[in-house]
Amino acid sequence: MDADELRLDGNAAAGLLRELFVHEMTVSVGTCANCRAATKVGALHVYRNAPGLVMRCPVCGAVMLRVVHGGDRYWVETVGLRLLEIPETPPPSSP
Amino acid sequence: MEGTALRRRLIWRLATLVDAIHETRDVRSLVFEVGDWSGHLPGQHVDVRLTAEDGYQAQRSYSIASAPADMSLQLTVESLRDGEVSPYLVDELSPGDQLELRGPVGGYFVWDGRSPSPLLLVAGGSGVVPLMSMLRHRAVSGRRVPARLLYSSHGPDDIIYRDELERMAAADPDLKVLHVLTRRQPPGWTGYARRIDGAMLAEVAWPPESEAEIFVCGPTALVEVVASGLRDLGHAPERIRTERFGPTGR
Repeated sequence: MDADELRLDGNAAAGLLRELFVHEMTVSVGTCANCRAATKVGALHVYRNAPGLVMRCPVCGAVMLRVVHGGDRYWVETVGLRLLEIPETPPPSSP
Repeated sequence: MEGTALRRRLIWRLATLVDAIHETRDVRSLVFEVGDWSGHLPGQHVDVRLTAEDGYQAQRSYSIASAPADMSLQLTVESLRDGEVSPYLVDELSPGDQLELRGPVGGYFVWDGRSPSPLLLVAGGSGVVPLMSMLRHRAVSGRRVPARLLYSSHGPDDIIYRDELERMAAADPDLKVLHVLTRRQPPGWTGYARRIDGAMLAEVAWPPESEAEIFVCGPTALVEVVASGLRDLGHAPERIRTERFGPTGR
């Protein structure tokens, strides 16, 4: 099985990210430190076939965010994330 | 109301199964009553957590199938071979049983019905579940923008929500449901009988100028083909929202 088949979307990280952030993070916009593309977190490529969760830029493929949860703590690596813009109120509101 | 609901800290809640409906041989819809449920938006999912007697925990995500206006929360789950959680949910969980869930989660793969743009939905297998929440919401909310569902299944017996989709489409001239049967077709089948490809998308999708809102959900391989096919047709990447299930579904 090649890596492409294991690819998921930012949606797959929504629950884990909500353990760390109080806002719904899939509507946040992350800027890639490598290529500077700005992408909604929900559209990032997610891989879960690792000890943690890896989020990659869909434009250049660089790792933007890594989160590992083990025992009683989280490790969050953000070196590939230049900026994270978090809307205070998510765009989709009450229908 | 939903805005505050989304910002609330995510906590595990106890959900009680009140009803279960067999959709296909491997797929069951589970209707839950959840204490203090804050409502959801079509396309969102929940995380489900099971705890064994020895304390071992397994957690999975399942899309919400019900419309926000429905009284109870409905998930539709496909039993995966060698699955750790889904066979239990599909074959064993009985009315009155409880499990833990948290959510709703997700804000990106969401259609709230406020956009006037046409709605193009493409599903593979149980990828139809979050799209069904959108169609149910569209049906009850009266926000009847033109909608098309292109839905790929292996055979006729694998089509989830088959009767309900048929009823919905029959009652609604603005809704078109197009089935794709990739492995087994009934005698006289006139629908699509091959995997979704670029030519099929060109026939089914509105032209890019329509600025349709597009949601694609299914196994990763199908989502890749559909998303790149729609981009090739000229649809803007930011209008193509995808939810990949991975290699085998979830």
